Parts: sequence; C-alpha cells; structure tokens
Amino acid sequence: MADVEVENLTKRFGDFVAVDGLSFSVAHGEVFGLLGPNGAGKSTLIRMLTTLVPPTSGTARINGFDITQHANEVRQSIGVIPQAMTSDMDLSAEENMGIFAKLYGIPRERRRTTIRDLLKAVDLEPWAEKPVKMFSGGMRRRLEIARGLVHEPKIFFLDEPTTGLDPVSRVAVWEMLSRLKRERDLTILVTTHYMDEADKLCDRIAIIDHGKLVALDSPLKLKASIPGRNILEVSFSQVPEGWLERVQGLPDVAEVKMQDHVFRISSHNGPRTTVAILEAAREAGIQVTSLSVQSTTLDDVFVHYTGHQLRDALQSAAAYSSSFMYDRK
Amino acid sequence: MHRILAIIERDLRRFRRSPTLIMVSMIMPLVQLLVLGYAFGGKVKHLVVGVVDHDHGIPALKLKEMFQAVAANARTFDTVAYSDSADALRDLRNGQINGVLEIPAQFSRKVLAGATPQVALAEDNTDQFAASALESTFSQLLAAYNQKPTAPRMTSTATLSVVEVYPYVPYIQYLLPGTIVLAIFVSAMIGGGIIYIDDKARGLHEGYLVTPITKFELILGFTLSGAAKAILAGLVLITCGSLIAGIPDPLNLPRLIRMSLLVVVTALALISMMFLLMVRVSDPLVPRAIFGVLNTVLFFPSGAVYPIQAFPTWMKAIAVVDPFTYAVHGFKELTLKNTGLWAIAPDIGFLMIFTVVAMAAATLLFRRTL
Repeated sequence: MADVEVENLTKRFGDFVAVDGLSFSVAHGEVFGLLGPNGAGKSTLIRMLTTLVPPTSGTARINGFDITQHANEVRQSIGVIPQAMTSDMDLSAEENMGIFAKLYGIPRERRRTTIRDLLKAVDLEPWAEKPVKMFSGGMRRRLEIARGLVHEPKIFFLDEPTTGLDPVSRVAVWEMLSRLKRERDLTILVTTHYMDEADKLCDRIAIIDHGKLVALDSPLKLKASIPGRNILEVSFSQVPEGWLERVQGLPDVAEVKMQDHVFRISSHNGPRTTVAILEAAREAGIQVTSLSVQSTTLDDVFVHYTGHQLRDALQSAAAYSSSFMYDRK
Repeated sequence: MHRILAIIERDLRRFRRSPTLIMVSMIMPLVQLLVLGYAFGGKVKHLVVGVVDHDHGIPALKLKEMFQAVAANARTFDTVAYSDSADALRDLRNGQINGVLEIPAQFSRKVLAGATPQVALAEDNTDQFAASALESTFSQLLAAYNQKPTAPRMTSTATLSVVEVYPYVPYIQYLLPGTIVLAIFVSAMIGGGIIYIDDKARGLHEGYLVTPITKFELILGFTLSGAAKAILAGLVLITCGSLIAGIPDPLNLPRLIRMSLLVVVTALALISMMFLLMVRVSDPLVPRAIFGVLNTVLFFPSGAVYPIQAFPTWMKAIAVVDPFTYAVHGFKELTLKNTGLWAIAPDIGFLMIFTVVAMAAATLLFRRTL
C-alpha cells in the first residue's frame, strides 16, 4: 500500500480551480517533489492532504486513512512544516517543541528525551533554551523540522521549506532532511520551486501547472523524456525570412522554439549544432549576438511540459492569485 | 485536557516574556480614571461675575457684601465692579467674564416698599456647567437675603428633608466601576482580538490545526488563556483603582473576594464576545479598526459615566444587551455600596448566560480548516 494515494483531487475557490483532478501515489520511503510556480496549486494540494483545506471533490488517503473521513488519524500520522515560519518567537526552542509535544499527547516521561534528541538531530541543542527570535531563518526552519517530527510521524509534508533561505542554509536544511529521512524511515512530500533542489533530492517529481499534473517521473527520466541532450539559446542580429525552418534543418537539431527573439534549440549534439549555426549565420550574412550551450535541466523539462518558464509563471501567478493569497497563505 | 493546557501554557509563557501589551491595557484605564475622575465632577470655582450697581442704596450694599462673602469663602465666583452695563455685557460676550449681575436703580426703594424687587443675572450659557453653578449660587444667596431675621417657629409650607444613605461619592469613585470593566475589555481586546488575529495571520494557528486537537479544545484553550490575562488586568484595577479613587477601606478582603468573582465572570463574558466577533476574521487590521468603535458603543451606554435613565431610547436599548451595563452595575454595588453577592446576582446571571450564548455561537461559526 502506498503511503499517499491521491485520486482525482480537486479544489475550487469560486470560479478559480486551484487543484484540478490530481491523481498520483507516493510509495513508502520516497522523497516526492511537487514542482511548480507560485499559484500552481502546490500549497492548496498540501493543505488538502494535511486536512487544512477540505477538497471540493476527489479523495486522498494518507497512511491508509481518508483525509475527510479520518482526519484525526491522518493528523496523527503526518508531520507538517507550513510555508510560513510558525514558531513562537518569544518562546525558546525547547518550549516551542514542548507545546507541540503536548498537543500531540506525548507522555511526560518521553517528552524531554524526544525533544533533546530531535534538537540534537537538527544541530540546535546548544540553543535549546534560547528564544527563537534570536535564531536565523535557517535555524528557525530546522527547529520547525524538529517540531514536525516530535510525534514520530510516518509521512512528512514540507511546503517550500527552503524559500527565503540563503544558499548555505538551504544546503543545510536539505542535508538534514536527507539524514532524518534515512534515520527515521520517513516518506517525504515536499513542494519547491527550486529546480536544482528537486533534481538533487527527490526520487520522483510531479510538475504541476495551473492546478494540473503535467509530468511525473524521476528527475533523470524527466530529463530524458524531452528531445535533445543540450539546450542552445541563440539570438541573431536579424531574423531573415524562413530562418526558423533553416535552423530546424541543421544537424542534430531536435526541436526549435522561439521566445522573445531568442531561439531555444534542443540538440542531440550541442557542439556540432553550435558550429552549424555559426556557419549558417555567416552564409546568411547575419551575426550571432548571443549564444549559450547547456545540458538539459529540469528547467528545460518544465519549459517543455508547460510551455513557459518558471519565472514567467511566477509573475502571471502573482497576478491571478493575489485575491486568494491571503486566505490560502 | 492536556491540549487545552498546552494552548494556555503557550499563551501565558508568551505573556510572561512580553507583558508590555497587557501593561498598556492596564495603564490606559488607570490614566482615564485619573484624568476623567478629576476633570468632571469637581466644584466650579472662581467664575468671574461683573456687578453693575445702578442703585447704590443700603439694601444693594448688603447684597454686594454677601457676594464678597461667597468670593472669600466658597470661591464659586469673584466679582468685578462695572459702572456701565454696556461695558459689562461687552466683556461677557467677549468671554472675559462669566456673568453680569445688575442691581436696578429702584432696587432699594422696592425692597423697603415690599414691591417685588428684582436683580438681573445675564449669564454665558454656552457653558452649561458654569451657568448652572452661577444660577444655583445666586438663588441660594437671594434666599438667604430674603430670610427674615426672626423666622416663625411653625410654617405652613411643605419642606423636603434629604437623607443621604451613603457617604458623599466623588466623581472619581463613581467612575471606578466603569474603569475596572474597561481594563478587562481592553485586555480582552488585545489578548483575544489583536493577538489572536495576528497569530492567525502569521500562520501560527496553521501549526495547531495540523495536530489532532479538536475544535472545542482549541476554542476553550484560546478563551481561557485570554480570560486569564483579562482577569489579571481586572484584579490589578480593583486594588490599584480602589486606592487611587480613595474608596473607603480599599483593601477590605471580603469585598475584594466578591469583586474578584465579578472580575472572572466579566472577563469570561467579554472574551467570549470578542471571540465571537473575531471567529471569522483573518485581516489583522479589523480588530484594530473596530477597537475604538466597540469601546465607545459598549462603554458609554453602560451607565459608567452618566446615568442610563438620561439616555434616549435607542441608547437604552444598547444598554439592555451590553454586558458592560451589568458588569458596571455590579461593580458599582460592590465598590460604592459594599453590598453582598445577592444584590448583584442578576448581573452575574446575565454575564454567565451571555458567556454561554457567545461561546456556543462562536463554536458553531469556528472553522477548523483554513
């Protein structure tokens, strides 16, 4: 039995469909990434799975329990790190943990050792008695991770755990998560919009856009699923008539897309296509004004499946979801 | 049960770390008590009255001597002599004096002839308090002036003897009950309104909602922790406030115990009202915006500063449902009359029913989801 089973899950806010008929399952021990821009529906999905938002239709089972009918059993099986930093700034790390241990009904005799062990696991033991307002963003995030594990959940949900952290803290948080997952036999469901993180850490990735699942596979297979091994981004001093077809006909070119006068060319052999483009441009009497060659990344996978780049989506998402952000944040 | 305690523990630990907000909630009503208590209800003194004497006779002189006596003793007014009524009236209009008393030319003659002598008082009635103080002082003065040196032993006129049941109550003491309720209210507003919504907006509640805590445990936890802070504010006010206002025997233990009971009941009523108002609010600006309005709508119609009997019907209607009314009435009985609990049983009864109704409505409206 999978730890998380999602069937046709849908959430509407008025006319706006935030999550549109999603179905997938997450096996025990997997690190499952939900990748997509803000407003894609990731947070709404996580909130439905963690019983915070009731679904409009469809079902999901967490650890075998239905999210609407057995919400309390679901809550007992999961640890949740919401997107907002929700620690109490005036309380110490230990007190923050203590309150949650009591909310989960951890008996007094186990409370102290569990809290100490967890604070040690996230390298916060020396600061156990310090108020959280003295902590950096990364430390607070680590404390929240420890807090989410206080009742030894089976499944761990993290909503953009590294957003707003500096690169060093991001790496620290991810290393900690990988270690905790191994030590505590966790299933992890994490949302992010950092492609590199998803690529390195997730066993499988679901790409979500406008509430829909557009692709789901391991990072390696996702990258292999799109045409070409390299991506070339080229711009020219001018674009003569029929130039797009001319580029498409060059050796090893798999696919050409034009975005804002920039040609995005998927190639099976980057170096050979580069030479061919330069020659073709010289013959046509135009100049290459910029050129970059790179290996396929998840970003390219995202562009391939959604038709737009993550950063474009960020802006459009902000525009259409602003009225919902408050309620849903 | 342990979950309710966890919610309360968290709130009170936070309160202990940064009690500034609650301190503010106690200081505001205390400042109000001091300033309003001394600003109103004091005796009016040193009003300036222009005296124009057109008569210059002996009876007029006797009258003026009586004015001097008032100016020297009660000090309600000081007199300034004018020779021309036009000058006096001009100064009255310009606000330099508060009233003009004119003794007409035929005054002495009429007094001696027993032919209804009159003096005229022109007063600046834009200030009603000053005007009525002048009017009553001059009425008493003229009554004394008219008294015969030898009064008959038996008269046929009916007179009123007033018996004051309680010692004189200065305005500051009259204001104290309202101030105690106000302190509880401000604390409920900050603890139950502003902090509650701020925590909600910061996502703190999201952390609770993913734990197996029930809706009822959450509401009870929030209510009890909010009430604990409001009770603390109330207890500070019943002791410090009584001392400041000069209530006789301010630390009388049986009375303080009765007052503490009323503090608890009032705190529960006001915090559950606040919770009901805030149960569906998520914008942190809302509690701040309604703070002033709510304060005015609840405090002033309650009879805390002026008797309810003087209000128009619509304000009386507010007073009937306003929990402040019952709390203020209860505290008035206890502080000003030192009554027993039976005298305030109806007030306690109303506040308890109010708490149950507000809590039930809040529980129905509360959503355990985002």
